[in-house]
Amino acid sequence: MESVQQTPDILVPDILVPDILVIGGGHAALAAAITARRLGASVLVAEAAPRPMRGGNTRHTRNLRAVHDAPRGTLTGAYLEDEYWDDLLRVTHGQTDEALARMTIRASADLVSFLSDCGVRFQPSLAGTLSLSRTNAFFLGGGKALLNALYREAERLGVSVCYETPARAMTMRQGTIAEVVLRTPGGELRVVPRAVVAAAGGFQANIAWMREYWGEAAENFVIRGTPYAQGDVLRLLLDGGCAPVGDPTQFHAVALDGRAPRFDGGIATRLDSVPFSIVVNRDGQRFYDEGEDLWPKRYAIWGRLIAQQPGQVAFSICDAPAARDFMPSVYPAVTAPTIAHLARALGLDPLALAATVADYNAAVRGGAFDPTVLDSCHTEGLAVAKTHWARRIETPPFVGYPLRPGITFTYLGVRVDATARVRLADGTPAPNLFAAGEIMAGNILGRGYLAGFGMTIGGVFGRLAGEGAARHAGN
Amino acid sequence: MQATETAAMADARRALEICNACRYCEGFCAVFPAIERRREFPAADLGFLANLCHGCNGCYHACQYAPPHEWALNVPAALARVRHESWSETIRPATLRGLLRRPLAATAGAVLVAGLAALASAHGMARAHTGPGAFYAVIPLATLIALGGASFLFALLALAASALAAWRGLGGTPRPVHLLRALHDAATLKNLGGGGGGCPYPGEQPSAARRHAHHALAGGFLLAFAATSVATIDEHLLGWHAPYPLFSLPVLLGVAGGVLMLAGAARLILLKRVADPAPLAAETLAADRVLLGLLAAIAASGLVLLALRGTVAMPPLLVLHLALVLGFFVTMPFGKFLHGPHRFAALVRDAMERDPARR
Repeated sequence: MESVQQTPDILVPDILVPDILVIGGGHAALAAAITARRLGASVLVAEAAPRPMRGGNTRHTRNLRAVHDAPRGTLTGAYLEDEYWDDLLRVTHGQTDEALARMTIRASADLVSFLSDCGVRFQPSLAGTLSLSRTNAFFLGGGKALLNALYREAERLGVSVCYETPARAMTMRQGTIAEVVLRTPGGELRVVPRAVVAAAGGFQANIAWMREYWGEAAENFVIRGTPYAQGDVLRLLLDGGCAPVGDPTQFHAVALDGRAPRFDGGIATRLDSVPFSIVVNRDGQRFYDEGEDLWPKRYAIWGRLIAQQPGQVAFSICDAPAARDFMPSVYPAVTAPTIAHLARALGLDPLALAATVADYNAAVRGGAFDPTVLDSCHTEGLAVAKTHWARRIETPPFVGYPLRPGITFTYLGVRVDATARVRLADGTPAPNLFAAGEIMAGNILGRGYLAGFGMTIGGVFGRLAGEGAARHAGN
Repeated sequence: MQATETAAMADARRALEICNACRYCEGFCAVFPAIERRREFPAADLGFLANLCHGCNGCYHACQYAPPHEWALNVPAALARVRHESWSETIRPATLRGLLRRPLAATAGAVLVAGLAALASAHGMARAHTGPGAFYAVIPLATLIALGGASFLFALLALAASALAAWRGLGGTPRPVHLLRALHDAATLKNLGGGGGGCPYPGEQPSAARRHAHHALAGGFLLAFAATSVATIDEHLLGWHAPYPLFSLPVLLGVAGGVLMLAGAARLILLKRVADPAPLAAETLAADRVLLGLLAAIAASGLVLLALRGTVAMPPLLVLHLALVLGFFVTMPFGKFLHGPHRFAALVRDAMERDPARR
């Protein structure tokens, strides 16, 4: 660690002694700060991002998944604990912790009312997401509107918020956090809190760290969310002796329009063209069944599939009628009168792509196309089959989109117990350290994803962490 | 209406294409569902969406792509620029389109000319007049009718020409139910409601301030208009001559209208002074300010005229009030007032598009 030299011309503020230091500024951090403040604790929030970009990946979210036994607010029908648990078990393939998960699911019942009390408003599920109207509560205006309400509530309650203030160092003695050094725009700030809530997200935006596992390929990953998810706090906690959880090499990734910005492209760069097209790699070859299952069940595997292709790039190819079946991405489709022209426009070998399309067209079988069910349109005799929604690509103009893997979050985190208290590597609880949000989501979500579940984990553990930290500070 | 592609249109189209791929804002107002009904945004549709936007700014503060994001999305400002261009397109006669960009000069000039015309026909400026017909002793009734009637008729014709042009952009004939729905949306300012909790204006905090202030102004305006209409009937059909007693219908309506107008316009002016400039298009604000200032001045001068009508101050106040009203009439078709017919046409078109029977 570099030595800290204080130059006399830098204004060094006094040491701050809040009851609670919350590191991070997203949904989990604010839920913790508001909860702790309501219990009477003094709270300092240290957010790494500047104010307009505050809130981590929460800024790009739009809903949370909430258990309920009857229609409630914008939530339709009922969504009971066992069904929720089954959904989670299916997407994680068992890489979860049943006790923690069921506790989270039960606690999700109160999240909508907690947020409503903070001024967050909800709306019926967005157009095109009707399948989520029963399970997920949508924030009016999305995650940034939610953050605006939470910050207003925190400030109203008297929570202090510092922007552009990442945590730089941490002093831990026998697992107890004695001091945290924050880097503020005005210089370094030493904080000696009674308790700490770590809610600073994963490390997906730290390309150097990603390279440790993915090598050169990491340079071609697009990070869908905040560039401030550098994992510095996660690293400090793991180095300080906290128990890790989750596979460090793994991340959640979806297929994005390949022209997306490197960071922060959010929802608008998503591309839902895969089941309506064929997907080829840069050699013009197909590599996976585009019609394996309904898109909501498959979109999350395509990021990894593309990450494993040469150059971490792929191309979605369809014809004019098929292009009307999916939502447009934010970038214009590449169109051309022939497949060969399309290949050239996309930088592909025209002969290779033409051969792939011809082979595919010759293999298409089956009857009525129906995007809402596993229909009978399929291919026969191809090395890589398309098992549903296979239609010939024959009506110009032909349409292509470049695709890249878009990383949503990483699974590596710190181990916590059911009170959001962090576990040390020797299995004992950390006396004054709590964690919430993506930094600990791997405890429950060790693999896969369930729409809105990240925000549920953030809300549930944020409130638990705030409560635990306030109680610790009060003793 | 042929609309040539402008920089403002290109910028708005870029913004709406991003909105259409995001859709988080669809609960705020009618604009976002209207965006989602489209995949492309030709010029005429941009004008429709721009006029459907009430400038509540909800989508700006909620936008994950707002500056400093590299996409620097600013939907309210982009639509405000297109909105002004769409008004300009429909101004008749077309040679006067430039006035929309010079609202202060246009209004000041009109008020000055009207004031000089009134002054030229005024008598007994330096003394008090009382009793029935006192106003007409200063400015003869025939002159009042000629000046007021001519400028009002001009305003009506020019506004009607604009409204007709806006109406032609509807793309179909509305049914009564569409007009009723548009009236409802206009009367409730539903699209300034931020989806229920108020709109973030003047700052980030949701608030109903602008909705209330606008309706105080609009309601006051209608009351003042009603006062004038009742007075016209009294004058010409019943032969009662102004000034009317304090507890007569024209005076009561006029006082209520004047107070509401003044309160509403003053509130809107104050809100505008402290409003976060980020989601606003600076070049469109002068037209707003000038209309607000003019309406406030009309209301204030009318109220002062009522209070001092028995004094020596009455003749100059009468000339001033008349000049402001005439100036308002003749500039109505070239300024911010155009938002009325354009927004109503957009609400009608929105009602038509939302009608499941028409899809």
